Amino acid sequence: MNKSWWKILSFLLLVYTIVAGFLWEVPRLDILNETIRNLYFHVCMWFGMMILYGISFAYSIRYLRGFNYKYDIYATHFASLGSLFGVLGYITGAIWVSVTWVTQSGQSLGTVLKEPKLIGAAIALLIYGAYFVLRGSFTDMDKKARVSAVYNIFAFVMLFPSIWIIPRLVGSLHPGSPGSDSGNPALDQNDLDAGMRMVFYPAVIGWTLLGIWLATLRIRLQLIRDKSITHEA
Amino acid sequence: MFQRVLTLLKKDLLLELRQQHTFYGVLLYVASTIFVLYLSLPDAPESQVWNSLFWVIQLFVCVNTVAKSFLAESRGRMLYFYSIASPVEFILGKLLFNVLLMMLMSLVGLALFFFFLDNPVTDAFRFMGIVLLGGTGLSLVFTLMSAIAAKAQQNAALIAILGFPVILPQLLLLMRLSRAAFGEIFREGALWQLAGLTAGLDILVVVMAIILFPYLWKD
Repeated sequence: MNKSWWKILSFLLLVYTIVAGFLWEVPRLDILNETIRNLYFHVCMWFGMMILYGISFAYSIRYLRGFNYKYDIYATHFASLGSLFGVLGYITGAIWVSVTWVTQSGQSLGTVLKEPKLIGAAIALLIYGAYFVLRGSFTDMDKKARVSAVYNIFAFVMLFPSIWIIPRLVGSLHPGSPGSDSGNPALDQNDLDAGMRMVFYPAVIGWTLLGIWLATLRIRLQLIRDKSITHEA
Repeated sequence: MFQRVLTLLKKDLLLELRQQHTFYGVLLYVASTIFVLYLSLPDAPESQVWNSLFWVIQLFVCVNTVAKSFLAESRGRMLYFYSIASPVEFILGKLLFNVLLMMLMSLVGLALFFFFLDNPVTDAFRFMGIVLLGGTGLSLVFTLMSAIAAKAQQNAALIAILGFPVILPQLLLLMRLSRAAFGEIFREGALWQLAGLTAGLDILVVVMAIILFPYLWKD
């Protein structure tokens, strides 16, 4: 029980997110209307992705500090769950785009997709794609763990500018870009309706915990499979 | 330490001078790619297209220039370096050498672009500065990627896979920055902000290389 409280918390928060997210009152703005409810799903995916990649990054550092093979397994599976969240973020985003950004029927998607945030997210997914390709190209396990940890750390550090800085330098349809009067929509007090914040923050925590839960399941499976290598129970 | 970095740099330069076939190989690669572009375009491209083409060509030239920097070192020679220098000195030497080489290649590429594909650049000196800055950034990232790919015993394809997503933000920044040399007026201070950001990224890459390379080094 003392170990699984956060799993129960995750479940409860997600039930709350889905029920309150679909039923509670939301402000209706032009164009956005009811689609703002997607905030509880779409934005949470990106939060989850960044946090999961961050955990993977931290475990890569821990691996390089002690060369404990266990941490390499942790880093891999958190990275793969991060990628899953990224793909889900794209899917939920695509649904949102289809009703808000696409104004005329038959408008080409190419005009919409050249968005700094979309590019940043695509870079993130490409980097982790490369990470898995790199892992696949080794036969020696120690070498694989070491070199891919190095790439993971380097790529994550290079990811910061692409995801957080560049979208704020150039124009974007997302909030937070220059020219719009919005600040950081996720963290600024003035940019999000108070009622929505009551659902949004628990939603972020709930989805992220779900991601961590899924990752730990895969890690435990992998640890059992590799028991003979890691010498741990 | 500084002395040893310089010695390693000198060794790389001497090696390049003695084995000129690789150098001329890359030079020929630059020339022939731009020649193919010249033949395939119906007439001189307008400035936006020119800019994009230029940076894409720079990217590929960089992959080819830098790719061999670690692949060429034999196992025995690596072991020798291991005994005489620290990993930080070694990677700094490599980074410096590749930056110099890439700067040279960038300037050659720029000259060929001017020759074959017309000159839409209004401020040539500013553009040259941006090109040198960009060449530095590209070569720094790809040197580290080449070090990683060399560990995987893989060819240049892996360098491209690893490096392209990492270099993308920088490349976009550079393309944006280059428009300053095509007569576009920037917001007050924006030009230096972009240039500073690019230079900051370069410093970040060097720091990361110094921290991370020791882990790649020992086998």
